Amino acid sequence: MKAVVNHILPFSSVDGPGNRTVIFFQGCNLDCKYCHNPETRNLCGHCGDCVKSCPTGALLKRENKVVYQKDKCVDCDTCIKVCKQGASPKTKEMTAKEIFAAVKKQIPFIRGITVSGGECSLYPQVVEELFVLAKEAGLSTLMDSNGMISFKEYPGLLQYTDGVMLDIKCFKEKDHIKITGHPNTMVLENAAYLAQLNKLEEVRMVIVPDLYEGKESVKKTGEFLRKFPGFEKIRIKLIAFRPMGVRKEYAHYKTPEQESLEEMRSLLQKMGFETIILI
Amino acid sequence: MREISKTRVEDTRNKILDIIKSPTLTHEQKVANLANAADSLMEVLDVPEGLEELLSPGIEEKCICDLFEGQAPVRPRYIIPDYAKFLKEGSEFLQLKPPTDLMEALNHLLIFYKHVPSVTNFPVYVGQLDELLEPFIDTVPEDVAKKLLKMFFVHMDRTILDSFSHANIGPKATKAGYLILEVEKELEQAVPNLTLKYDPKVTEDEFALAAVECALHSAKPSFANHEMFSKELTSEYVIASCYNGLPYGGGSYTLCRLILSNIAKRSKDLKDFKENQLPYVCDIMARYMDARIKFEVEESGFFEHNFLAKEGFIHRDRFSAMFGLVGLAECVNILMEKEGKAGKRFGHDEEANDLGVEIMDQIYAFNENHHNPYCEITGGHFLLHAQVGIAEDVNVSPGVRIPIGEEPKELVDHLLVLSRFHKYFPSGVGDIFPIDLTVHKNPEFVLDIVKGSFAKDLRYLSFYSSESDVIRITGYLVKRSEIEKLSSGQAVLQDTTALGMGAAKNGHILERKIR
Repeated sequence: MKAVVNHILPFSSVDGPGNRTVIFFQGCNLDCKYCHNPETRNLCGHCGDCVKSCPTGALLKRENKVVYQKDKCVDCDTCIKVCKQGASPKTKEMTAKEIFAAVKKQIPFIRGITVSGGECSLYPQVVEELFVLAKEAGLSTLMDSNGMISFKEYPGLLQYTDGVMLDIKCFKEKDHIKITGHPNTMVLENAAYLAQLNKLEEVRMVIVPDLYEGKESVKKTGEFLRKFPGFEKIRIKLIAFRPMGVRKEYAHYKTPEQESLEEMRSLLQKMGFETIILI
Repeated sequence: MREISKTRVEDTRNKILDIIKSPTLTHEQKVANLANAADSLMEVLDVPEGLEELLSPGIEEKCICDLFEGQAPVRPRYIIPDYAKFLKEGSEFLQLKPPTDLMEALNHLLIFYKHVPSVTNFPVYVGQLDELLEPFIDTVPEDVAKKLLKMFFVHMDRTILDSFSHANIGPKATKAGYLILEVEKELEQAVPNLTLKYDPKVTEDEFALAAVECALHSAKPSFANHEMFSKELTSEYVIASCYNGLPYGGGSYTLCRLILSNIAKRSKDLKDFKENQLPYVCDIMARYMDARIKFEVEESGFFEHNFLAKEGFIHRDRFSAMFGLVGLAECVNILMEKEGKAGKRFGHDEEANDLGVEIMDQIYAFNENHHNPYCEITGGHFLLHAQVGIAEDVNVSPGVRIPIGEEPKELVDHLLVLSRFHKYFPSGVGDIFPIDLTVHKNPEFVLDIVKGSFAKDLRYLSFYSSESDVIRITGYLVKRSEIEKLSSGQAVLQDTTALGMGAAKNGHILERKIR
């Protein structure tokens, strides 16, 4: 069983507690307007547009497939800029064992690994296998997920997952569809399920004032989570929209004022959440 | 005493006049420079033949550098007094009885600091402050203790005019230790330098995380691998000056450094470097250090007459000396070029890194075979030291560091290279990482890296936030705002600011890869 991996980040300070290696999988089942790595959404269609524009000849077409040669690449990302598919030719199909071999080098500098994306839950079997290997090596395991698959159906995966960092893009269904193209029923179902299992490590909300009513959504999300025992420990991350990496047509959205973020923070604090991080 | 030429006297007189008229030196800096100028006229050391040719050329050529120690050392380079003894017993010479509360303890220390000489005339070690102050910390209410500590640190910053002075804390958490971190985080000052002796088995995470928080505000403390230093120098060790591990109640007579890149330049090829040039230069430098030590111990009278020795705050037989080196990276790169392997560079290529290890093994073996009768505390040998460089260094990286601008893309690769080199240097080696601001929100990220690094035999690590005013130059701290003042022609309080300005220009220290 293989998964398509966009890249592996050896050290990360922003994908869970402490220092972690992060595996970014390729492909996503949402299409968020503010996605800041839109090249991770889809799989390469081998159209070859990028081959023509690569300045160092790191890409070529062989048997109708785009082939990426890492040693010639200078990471200028021209290929990603010209791709009309929302994909990247620089991905790699990897087994869990192969991924773990790339993780191993970081031991003992890391305390765990985080799978992210794209959307990691598109590859539940590979993630489960990877987590088994990580656990054997004493590493903690986190998923950074949009919650669009039903976690209930993957008890094996959850057994080896220490926690899920879940995106709740918006509480109101209509706005969720506007932002992502999909309803949020499954996301909220997962939030409840994970909270009950004590595996809801973190809830993330990207605040985009032009796109939806942030304060209202934060409030509703807070009230929803409060029903579960131990909710105080769920880390809440409020992420201010920034235009870096966002597709041109959506990059004009404004970054929220610090003041409004602080307001949301104090709202959540009053509800009893202990850890609220503004980024 | 040997005679010197008229020209040398005249040159020195001109230099003295320049010092007197300098618009940017403070009075204290002038006095120190005048003393050095006077000292430069002396010819009393019994130096080895061949030294002059290796010592006197410019930075592109010289193979040995004595780091401004002068011609007739009047005191050891680094002095590490037994402050615990002082606070327990007081001092007859200073007419001080043992302190009875925090106010007296701090006042006593400030007095003592003014009587601890060094190569810079300022104390390079100001004590294991948490242990020293813990017995007094509850003699006043906590808010008063914090205020007093704040005044104490401000006093140090404004009167110890040189950031080579170093305080230690840890490895155990104490109330005093926490307060020191709190105060230093708020003050954001360059002086004193600060090290946390860190051992994950002894130091609580909470204390270590408070240290990271402090470091991301004020570029200190740095983290010293306590287990490693303790094994080599016993638990009676301190971190002084930049990051120098030295025996407590003693110090270092001298520090000279090999400029490895220039030794590589004068070698025909790798074979010539290993078989002829490196052994030749090592031998001359070791004998030069022997000559300096002999003068300090047998002729200067320091150990007979200075109150520090007379009252037992230092012991002659707890002194050693530091056999320093710089430019391993450039040395390896030059030798690889001479072997026709120009693309294989230190820090990136396995063969180049292996050569670096071979060179270090050879220097280590040389030092193990050299004997000095006055370095009893370290088995009759010098301690290897990866020197941090000086402002004048051009194209010479500190110690065994990977050159700025050539750092591996991933921090893990950088650390794995360093892990092969830190073990050689009980008297100090270290690396510095500017950290992206987002880490402020995740200090555990830094602590995980420290834990992993120490498990991998790294010795000493420093971090600072890419945004902070206080930054670590090579081993010492300077404020960016003070560098700006000095470069616009204004005098500044601390002499290290000038060194920082030079290092920014020649050593590109503001261009380090941000992690």
